[in-house]
Amino acid sequence: MILRAFRYLGQHTLRYLAVLGYASRMFGIVLCAIPRLGRRLRLVMDQLYFVGNHSLLIIAVSGLFVGFVLGLQGYYTLNKYGSEQALGLLVALSLVRELGPVVTALLFAGRAGTSLTAEIGLMRAGEQLAAMEMMAVNPLSRILAPRLCAGIIAMPLLAAVFSAAGIFGGYLVGVGLIGVDTGAFWSQMQAGIDVTGDVGNGVLKSVVFGVAVTFIALFQGYEAKPTPEGVARATTRTVVLASLTVLGLDFLLTALMFH
Amino acid sequence: MNKSTLDALVGLFVLVGIVALLFLALKVGNMSALSFTPTYMVSAHFENIGGLKVRAPVKSAGVVVGRVAGISFDDQRYQATVTIALEQRYHFPKDSSAKILTSGLLGEQYVGLEAGGESDSLAEGSIMSMTQSAIVLENLIGQVLFNRAADGGAKKEPPVMRK
Amino acid sequence: MQGSDPYVMANINTPLAALRQVDFSYSPGERLILSGLDMVFPRGKVIALMGGSGSGKTTVLRLLGGQLFAQRGTVEFAGRDIAQCDTAQLYAARRRMGMLFQFGALFTDMSVYDNVAFPLREQGDLSESIIRDLVLLKLNAVGLRAACHLMPSQISGGMARRVALARAVALDPELIMYDEPFAGLDPISLGIAARLIRRMNDALGATSILVSHDVEESFGIADYVYFLAHGKVAGQGSPAEIRASDDATLRQFFDAQPDGPAPFHYPGSSLEEDFGVTTLRSTA
Repeated sequence: MILRAFRYLGQHTLRYLAVLGYASRMFGIVLCAIPRLGRRLRLVMDQLYFVGNHSLLIIAVSGLFVGFVLGLQGYYTLNKYGSEQALGLLVALSLVRELGPVVTALLFAGRAGTSLTAEIGLMRAGEQLAAMEMMAVNPLSRILAPRLCAGIIAMPLLAAVFSAAGIFGGYLVGVGLIGVDTGAFWSQMQAGIDVTGDVGNGVLKSVVFGVAVTFIALFQGYEAKPTPEGVARATTRTVVLASLTVLGLDFLLTALMFH
Repeated sequence: MNKSTLDALVGLFVLVGIVALLFLALKVGNMSALSFTPTYMVSAHFENIGGLKVRAPVKSAGVVVGRVAGISFDDQRYQATVTIALEQRYHFPKDSSAKILTSGLLGEQYVGLEAGGESDSLAEGSIMSMTQSAIVLENLIGQVLFNRAADGGAKKEPPVMRK
Repeated sequence: MQGSDPYVMANINTPLAALRQVDFSYSPGERLILSGLDMVFPRGKVIALMGGSGSGKTTVLRLLGGQLFAQRGTVEFAGRDIAQCDTAQLYAARRRMGMLFQFGALFTDMSVYDNVAFPLREQGDLSESIIRDLVLLKLNAVGLRAACHLMPSQISGGMARRVALARAVALDPELIMYDEPFAGLDPISLGIAARLIRRMNDALGATSILVSHDVEESFGIADYVYFLAHGKVAGQGSPAEIRASDDATLRQFFDAQPDGPAPFHYPGSSLEEDFGVTTLRSTA
């Protein structure tokens, strides 16, 4: 009985390690194919449109709403300690360091990640990937690499838009609605936020998240079973896996950067 | 959608993103840390720098006039050597003093400059002679205890015997 | 003899492609799909691969294209063993092949024109004007030159398959493989497809391998037929020879008999066991 449990665990671990190794190898191949895209910019541009422009609206609106909430909640909490002048600093720090990169990555996984997975899964189901291979074109460089490149470029830009929209939202609520002094709002923020330390690290985080989320979406689509349930399950796995990875990486990166 | 429309939209997206990044960097962040105003280097020796860090502000009369550029240990004199980058537009007399102060009670440490009286000014590479080290809490406590002990010992002299 | 380069030698006498003593199963330890398979595909001929469902016909095509690798035996193309090729050699070999997938497998995000232009654009540094001429020529050969601006979602299944054929022959391959090209087509499209396969083969001087269930159409255009059953070649010959064969497996297939060497009932427990009926034994 115990032996069976061990064997089950062992098999599962070995299978998981095999998948991890296979995924790492594919990641290396796709990453190395990106520099060669310099001559095929059109492919990257097309993908940047699907991944970036289509996500812009949801990211900006979400950022605005999160900024509203931060302004409100931040005020209520700071007010207890008489430090409501620091509202600008609170809103900006929360967004730039954490919420900007992380929430953007989660939204990106849900919106762009799922569409990438579904698109590639359906290409596999329709034998398009096999057809491409038979035409001596490597789908990893032709299909996956441009999408990964677009994800890496789009994510930091989207995170910046999220943070900027959030700060604006916090400003609207804090200064416009509640009446915090506008000068204090901005000056405390500017005094407390370090460009390389906070903004720079936030950008670095979003780049790492971009790589992780996009590649997970691509891998799940590429390895999906070529059936409707297979594609559906792969899409779900993308969201779950990408979200968990983002949160885990966030902890790791925060510990490394802000110690 | 034809290529040029797509390119324009993608360009717009990238532009919006870069504008947001610039907004964060300039309006939100502390860009003075990356200011490119010309500076000149001056150094000072301290017995103890306490918690002073590189890029800590150097203030005079409460206004930031420079930044701490480097901190090193002089193993000839067994003292800390602090290199300060002062903004070119501010001149200080040669006998100005540098103190390591704390902002607030338990805040970050910074270097405070007090102007002296000499007519010659500090220049690139000058060494400030008058310095005051940071107040280290343990030494302070030790000093208080020592003083109390000394006072108590003095008071322990036997009272004058009156016959 | 013209030198000892096996590549040159292959051009003269040996068949374009061959399977020799091939064993294949999808994962080690599982049932062998193909066992000890020997097949030869000479140049310039249309060869039909027929057999019951699941007899491994499509697997043969995948082995030839290097998408799958045999457990034992050799899969040869132009004198070279596919399994021994590195990536560059495999891609070079694939450029000399064209494959038509079952439902076309067109790239749905590109127009018909871009689909046919795809192999031309990816392979060489051909200028757009040359590519345009080639694409229109290929589309003209399949009768769809005027449809080049349409998207795959706007054309019928039969038309999609013709576009896929134009794409498969874009680089003038020496080996063209068809995976069920007649499946699900109306009678007119069936006739068109069969004629195109034959004409394309003759025009290019290529070898065509045709995997199909459609006896009439396949026999109409094939020079040679291989019949696969249980992972082996159960019968081979010209269409006339196959039609005249006495072999039970072949007869069941070509006479469309429901029961025979390939049983109607899926093997399992007997009728009596499932319905709990015991046969009455006569005592008389």
